[in-house]
Amino acid sequence: MLEIVLFYIAATVALVATVMAMTRANAIHALIYLIVSLLAVAVIFFLIGAPFAAALEIVIYAGAIMVLFVFVIMMLNLGEKGDKQERQWLQPSIWAGPAILSIVLLIELVMVISQTSGPVSVTAVSAKEVGLSLFGPYVLAVEIASMLLLAGLVGSFHLGRRYLDRDNLEKKGGQ
Amino acid sequence: MDGLNIPLNHILLVSSLLFSIGMLGLMIRRNIIFILMSLEVMLNAAALAFVAAGAHWGQPDGQVVFMLILTVAAAEVAVGLGLVLQVQKRFKTLDMDRANRMQG
Repeated sequence: MLEIVLFYIAATVALVATVMAMTRANAIHALIYLIVSLLAVAVIFFLIGAPFAAALEIVIYAGAIMVLFVFVIMMLNLGEKGDKQERQWLQPSIWAGPAILSIVLLIELVMVISQTSGPVSVTAVSAKEVGLSLFGPYVLAVEIASMLLLAGLVGSFHLGRRYLDRDNLEKKGGQ
Repeated sequence: MDGLNIPLNHILLVSSLLFSIGMLGLMIRRNIIFILMSLEVMLNAAALAFVAAGAHWGQPDGQVVFMLILTVAAAEVAVGLGLVLQVQKRFKTLDMDRANRMQG
């Protein structure tokens, strides 16, 4: 019984935090709400018997990925001007159409989902089982993931290096 | 952790709500940082659906796919934020409607 109450609380927190994140004008405020939402989803993972996924959600999503966002927002240094512009963009005339389309999609999804039934499993899937599966039948997917990460590393290094180089070149040109 | 019986369709409902909110955010925001955040929310919602389905059948496959989604999200965000820096450098704005022309 307690798990079910906790699940509904975590789900409510996740949904409210995500809505707040999507409607903030200030990027850092939105990011904090997004972290709350990710932590709430991690609680849901823990409750449905996936403790390893919950740990990864906190460490990688709420930790590493959000820190990347924080760094980039700090580097850009948007300030008050950015806030004002964001507020100007967030008029009802802009978001009404997309909102209707999203609600239509949501209704379709809910109609499909309402046909499924049954509770989730009573046993937790341990990290050991996940690891055995990951390096057993899914070993090719792990290789593909490693190649994807390498491509991401090379791509972000390339983009970031040119950013720094141009910065230096402009400084030299100005002197 | 024993004896819980959260209905599967309630978890999937939360997942689809999160996905819809993320998609709405993707459509209404013009700032590229918020677009990337919305993509994160959508990937996270998909991951929640996978983990819930894996828990429903008591199989580890859902968490394996969750890990692959995590990899995709990390790589996407690293490249995306590199692009954010480039866009800010070249156009002096984060407005995506301003950066609609491809040039070498």
